[in-house]
Amino acid sequence: MVKVFVPCDSSALSLGADRTAKTIVVEAQKRGVEIELVRNGSRGLFWLEPMVEVTTDKGRVAYAPVQPKDVPSLFDADFLNGGAHPLNLGLTEALPWLKKQQRLTFARVGIADPVSLDDYLAHDGYKGLKNALKMTGAEIVKAVTDSGLRGRGGAAFPTGIKWNTVLGCESDQKYIVCNADEGDSGTYSDRMIMEDDPFVLIEGMTIAGIAVGATQGYIYLRSEYPHALKTLNEAINKAEAAGYLGEKICGSNHTFDLEVRRAAGAYVCGEETSLLESLEGKRGLVRFKPPLPAIEGLFGKPTVVNNVISLATVPIILDKGAAFYANYGMGRSRGTLPIQLAGNLKHTGLVELAFGATLRELLYDFGGGSASGRPIRAVQVGGPLGAYLPESQFDTPLDYEEFTKIWAVLGHGGIVAFDDTVDMAKMARYAFEFCAIESCGKCTPCRIGSIRGAEVIDKIVTGKDHAKNIQLVRDLSDTMLNGSLCALGGMTPYPVLSALNHFAEDFKPRDFGLQNKKVAA
Amino acid sequence: MTTALSTEELTKIEAHITAHKHMPGALLPLLHAIQDDIGWISEEAYLPISKALALSVAEVHGVVTFYHHFRRHPAGRHVLQVCRAESCQAMGAEKLEAHVKSTLGVDYHQTTKDGAITLEPVYCLGNCACSPAVMMDDEVYGRMDNQKMAELISEARGA
Ligand SMILES: Cc1cc2nc3c(=O)[nH]c(=O)nc-3n(C[C@H](O)[C@H](O)[C@H](O)COP(=O)(O)O)c2cc1C
Ligand code: SF4
Ligand code: FES
Repeated sequence: MVKVFVPCDSSALSLGADRTAKTIVVEAQKRGVEIELVRNGSRGLFWLEPMVEVTTDKGRVAYAPVQPKDVPSLFDADFLNGGAHPLNLGLTEALPWLKKQQRLTFARVGIADPVSLDDYLAHDGYKGLKNALKMTGAEIVKAVTDSGLRGRGGAAFPTGIKWNTVLGCESDQKYIVCNADEGDSGTYSDRMIMEDDPFVLIEGMTIAGIAVGATQGYIYLRSEYPHALKTLNEAINKAEAAGYLGEKICGSNHTFDLEVRRAAGAYVCGEETSLLESLEGKRGLVRFKPPLPAIEGLFGKPTVVNNVISLATVPIILDKGAAFYANYGMGRSRGTLPIQLAGNLKHTGLVELAFGATLRELLYDFGGGSASGRPIRAVQVGGPLGAYLPESQFDTPLDYEEFTKIWAVLGHGGIVAFDDTVDMAKMARYAFEFCAIESCGKCTPCRIGSIRGAEVIDKIVTGKDHAKNIQLVRDLSDTMLNGSLCALGGMTPYPVLSALNHFAEDFKPRDFGLQNKKVAA
Repeated sequence: MTTALSTEELTKIEAHITAHKHMPGALLPLLHAIQDDIGWISEEAYLPISKALALSVAEVHGVVTFYHHFRRHPAGRHVLQVCRAESCQAMGAEKLEAHVKSTLGVDYHQTTKDGAITLEPVYCLGNCACSPAVMMDDEVYGRMDNQKMAELISEARGA
């Protein structure tokens, strides 16, 4: 029987994948053709969703984007046997967008039914765990350290070193906490892993638990991801039933239980200590460090807090070896980064590449330039606390240290493009506004400075005491950079000052009829 | 305006408290369960919650108000969240936002007169590859324009 794949990823659903799937089933019945419908994850070519694939002798053939109205003509064109049709894109694996990638963490994403454990096992699933079960905790930690993996949640701290601290703590209870709060605009790789290959995250957390001696794991999932919640819970139940979670994992003496906890819409709860407070049932106020969460984390116990992508990368490291993973990348940025193309780009989607590709390659070779057809003027990398980069910086390679050199961050790997209609003073104002809305309130520069900052930008664009107010934004930013407990207040100056420094022309007084004559541009 | 809970709702809250009170870090899961069931968190729930979890009423109140997700007033039959974050802004979210507000005749955190839709801002739905994005209840919609928005709204009003 021909297998027909229609993604169940929520971005594909947001473009009508359910309707497409339903129409295909109804049309097949009407024509008396038998098909097997599989709801797979997304391949990550979101400008082409809903993407329908069919199995043929030569491999899977893609048709995209398929709306319900296209379905009868697809049947007429014998798409079940890979027939010619204007939407026929040829073999999926041969699509340049996919061929040019190095998918390690995302190796399985889009291929199979996300909640089928059999599919997972058939595509190298749980091989990493099998190896880990033959190793000591210290050996597992060493493999992760040697792989060069650094935290993909933003701070890029070496994962192995964090694990080693937890391993070295004596405690009756330790925890593995997965940070699935993914609050950064322009990012969705965590969501894709959880919806499209949830077992890889479960496997990664299980390996982490075995490595450091933790028996309980929590996934702190943002409340905006109801589909991920459903998929994770289904996958956790299946893993438990098959002996991959719970007591005596795969017949060993290891125990690891896993539970999903829903966040409640506070961006700051993505910060690891705020997250722990939230998991404990409190307001998400950021904690002072030290103590490090690795030493005194959840309920005061040693805790590994890692991003979804960091944890989901562990299985392939344990399967193929530390050297295999470390062979990808440049400088101190080893391995691959799942990059998320977003905003005003023709081709948005998930691109996993070894570190080192330039922003320009991503924006133009993968992204195809702007969606509007206008020039790309500014790009924000690394979420709402990331700097805005002008065209002169598009040749920067994606590498943690190279980005630090230009006062920018890679963060969680989100790239948001803006065309030349963007108003950078407005974006700077928005950065302050966002900080004010999301501040946990503990530090004055963050809580008050951000509100003040938004007001000052309003004055700047209306021309009130222009030079003085520009200086005020710089001073405020300085105070926030130096006087904030966490990166929400501490990094809001990145988008603000990069906008001001690279796009100064947008901060000239405008003619609102209020303009101060003395400083008229 | 305060809305009193019905006896049935109070019984439901008691049941959620009983089901959750022994969990480590029970408060957030409990508040979620109550809001999923009843639609909002009434102050009437604070006292029984605080007793069961050995917290003060002020602490419960502090948690409910800290998180944007928890609502302290009943919502409309549907909740429409419009994404205001950067990727969606790059694709015209601001215009969409203005259009939605004028179509519904409400601002953020308000409910339409017919009680059909409560409008909320949201900061990223993870659908940035299909900006601008919105969420109606638990379903996300991408590449929204005024036309698609109108269909979504009229569907919600009908249901
Ligand atoms: C305001 C703020 C928000 C954050 N949000 C997230 C998030 O949503 N997801 C995440 O993994 N890390 C986030 N982080 C980073 C975490 O504090 C922490 O570094 C990370 O979870 C550690 O995991 P990793 O080492 O695997 O990256 C945030 C940090 C700050 C300051
Ligand atoms: S910088 Fe802001 S969010 Fe971070 S701890 Fe201080 S007040 Fe809270
Ligand atoms: S910025 Fe709107 S969905 Fe991410």
